[in-house]
Amino acid sequence: MDMDIATTRQDVSGVVQVQPTQGDSSAKSPAKPGVSIVLEDKAQLRANPPKARSEGLNFWYGTNQALKNINLTIPERQVTALIGPSGCGKSTFLRCFNRMHDLQPDTRYEGAIQLRPDDINLVGKEVDPIEVRMRIGMVFQKPNPFPKSVFENVAYGLRLRGIGNKTELAERVERALRAAAIWDEVKDRLNDSALALSGGQMQRLCIARALATEPEILLFDEPTSALDPIATAKIEELISELRETVTILIVTHNMQQAARVSDFTAFMYLGELVEVDATSKIFTNPAKKATEDYITGRYG
Amino acid sequence: MAAAEQTTLEEIRRGLSWRKQLDKVFVAIGLALLFGCLAVLAILFFDLLRDGASRFGWDFFTNFPSRKAERAGILSAWVGTSLIMFVTALVALPVGVAAAIYLEEYAPKNWFTNIIEINVTNLAGVPSIVYGLLALGLFVYAFNFGQSVLSAGLTLALLILPIVIVATRESLRAVPKAIREAAYGLGATRWEVTKDHVLPYSTGGILTGLILGLSRAIGETAPIITIGALSFIAFLPPAPISGEFPFLNFEWLTSEFTAMPIQMFNWVSRPDQAFQANAAAAGAILLGMTLLMNAIAIWIRYRFRKKINW
Amino acid sequence: MNQASSPRNTRAFASLRYRKTRDRIVELVLLAAGLVAVFTTVAIVVILVYESSAFFEHVSIKEFLTDTMWTPLFADARYGILPLVSGTLTVTGVALLVAIPVGTLIAIYLSEFAAHRLREMVKPVLELLGAVPTVVFGYFALLMVTPQLQKIWPDLPGFNMLSAGLVIGLMIVPYVASIAEDAMRAVPRYMREGSYAMGATRLQTALRVVVPGAFSGIAAAYILGISRAVGETMVVAIAAGMMPNLTFNPTEPAATITAFIVQVSLGDLPHDSIGYQSIFAAGLVLMVMTLVLNVIGFFLTRRFREAY
Repeated sequence: MDMDIATTRQDVSGVVQVQPTQGDSSAKSPAKPGVSIVLEDKAQLRANPPKARSEGLNFWYGTNQALKNINLTIPERQVTALIGPSGCGKSTFLRCFNRMHDLQPDTRYEGAIQLRPDDINLVGKEVDPIEVRMRIGMVFQKPNPFPKSVFENVAYGLRLRGIGNKTELAERVERALRAAAIWDEVKDRLNDSALALSGGQMQRLCIARALATEPEILLFDEPTSALDPIATAKIEELISELRETVTILIVTHNMQQAARVSDFTAFMYLGELVEVDATSKIFTNPAKKATEDYITGRYG
Repeated sequence: MAAAEQTTLEEIRRGLSWRKQLDKVFVAIGLALLFGCLAVLAILFFDLLRDGASRFGWDFFTNFPSRKAERAGILSAWVGTSLIMFVTALVALPVGVAAAIYLEEYAPKNWFTNIIEINVTNLAGVPSIVYGLLALGLFVYAFNFGQSVLSAGLTLALLILPIVIVATRESLRAVPKAIREAAYGLGATRWEVTKDHVLPYSTGGILTGLILGLSRAIGETAPIITIGALSFIAFLPPAPISGEFPFLNFEWLTSEFTAMPIQMFNWVSRPDQAFQANAAAAGAILLGMTLLMNAIAIWIRYRFRKKINW
Repeated sequence: MNQASSPRNTRAFASLRYRKTRDRIVELVLLAAGLVAVFTTVAIVVILVYESSAFFEHVSIKEFLTDTMWTPLFADARYGILPLVSGTLTVTGVALLVAIPVGTLIAIYLSEFAAHRLREMVKPVLELLGAVPTVVFGYFALLMVTPQLQKIWPDLPGFNMLSAGLVIGLMIVPYVASIAEDAMRAVPRYMREGSYAMGATRLQTALRVVVPGAFSGIAAAYILGISRAVGETMVVAIAAGMMPNLTFNPTEPAATITAFIVQVSLGDLPHDSIGYQSIFAAGLVLMVMTLVLNVIGFFLTRRFREAY
């Protein structure tokens, strides 16, 4: 798999016109496609309707407002990256998508995250967080496989959904492990403890575990920050492949990773969305000065 | 100039040597007290063994209490203790673990939860004889369980409940947050997270807590006296398993009973010197059981800690 | 719901309602278990107050608190709690004379002086000592300590508060030492380092920096030790005798509150007699004493934890 994804796209796309319509507009704007891309090479045109859209999303930890009026479209089957300095709210925003904040006391959402195609509000009070988590998957920063066998790790999400049939489980587990590019390494070790794997393997196992339940969006929370460069490279490669089948939202503090892996990048600062654009454009010609300062390393 | 410096240095050294002497004296005192206490206790225990030595034998375990000291044994006492411990464990384990799971995994941080936690802490400090009074009023009379094995078992279960709860909470806490997050992330409900991922890895700690609780319960005399355990019981409660339908009966629960610490107390309290040996033997056995159970609990705790490296 | 759901997904979401209902039922069951602790406390209070109020219908509170004789089982019954209280206080006092100095010094030694390995070996042993049944300590007091004391003071009666107090003191030394040592070890390193850097010896640092720094924790250890001593039953029931005796002289026999309750329980009193009710009145006094001590101990512990 070709590693130079960003350059390839840049070569072919040539002229890329981007009309960002969020980040600086007023709160609850009516539904408009967030980002439209006009490409010269129509062969490269991918249908990227929105999969999810955050509209006027605000979030509080107690009295501390961590997210301020975020309006962002997540296109379907693309990789969208969230970058920004520490404390800018990117992980907080990510965790709104699968309601992980509900596990802490004293948290509050305002606004909406609309999920297509059925337009339910992921952060709505009337929506059950457990249901949300069954449709949206997550991979965490530090690999956290269960202290069970490789097979049982991947099968757990399926068992939760009532799938007990051995053949079906075996088939879906294998499919997930293949999709996570780890099948060959573990196919003879399915019943061995997952904790015996290396860090990179554990993380790919966690990806397989999340994929097994066929989520509609897959969230990655700094998935490679605890891994060595070789494992990191494998996972970045995997993420690029996965975009064919699932919408991906990835938080990373490593800008180069965002540049390598994502189609769209959103820059956040102090709880606000500053700018979002196609990755190629945002890293070469950002519209806002704040973005440019961050990207060029003026502040971390 | 040099002379003045010399004197100051000398003064420092003299003061220092005096302070260092004090230090050494303190170490000596500390060690003496520490090993003094341990030595006194060791002497007491060995004397106990020696005093009771004449009674050790198969007969001691299989005889009922008797007016003749040489023939008095602890059969009814250790059977009674075993039955009571069985009831105690059966009640304290589920209630204690369930309460601990609630407090650790489910309870929101509000005043109501605080009340429960305060109560648990408070109950740990209530004198055991007050538990006896509670049992007398509640189990023996109000619920009408009578002066029975059931009452005793329930009382001791309440007594050791704080121990089981605290030990269980600690072992639940030892499961890393990341595992819970992973399970929630897959869409598991709170109970599924608890039963599939938290409880399986807490069994070591829970077992330790239960055994420590039972080792405390086994030596508790005051609450059982208050309920009315008699000490001249020359019979055993009816056996739970019989040869005829329905094969299992529960009469033993409502039977009168005695227990090891009661028997020892009774023998110690007699003016007749001959019974002192019996008391010593019973005491040695009781002590041995307690120490053994503690040792098992500590070993289990050690083994389970090494098992999983998160 | 999800319009584009495959049959698989529908099955998953159908069972979701079952899973959530199960979750809710489980939560209620667990809550009930948690409430058992609250129920126990309430039951203790209710029973003590209920039976005591029956008692106080026959005996005025004034008489209860001020009369100097406690003879509820006699024909000419007197109901003054003071002899029982004096017995409890005397025994506790003797116990503290042993436990506080010895426990504190051992705690200082273990926390500030002992080598790591020694401490690791000693702590489990101390824990084990706390687990010895109190009836065994009662045996020690009556049949080993008293005879030895009688060699020094031949006039010492067979039942006396001194033996009982000394043994209780020895019994709670591990308890006091353990809590005090934990408190001292929690004093942060930088405080000690400040003292050592000025050339202080270990003893000076321990006495001038660590002990004051751990003060609330050490005080909590003492208070909780007192509470243990006050509630102790078997040692006094066996070794101190059961004759109520209004005195603070430890060489005499006396009854404590706890011993009295045992004495009545050994007998056979009808359920509604005043003798039966008197043990609940005595128990109420005991409960109040230990509750006050435990609450003070709890606040001291919390203040100590918050400080660091």
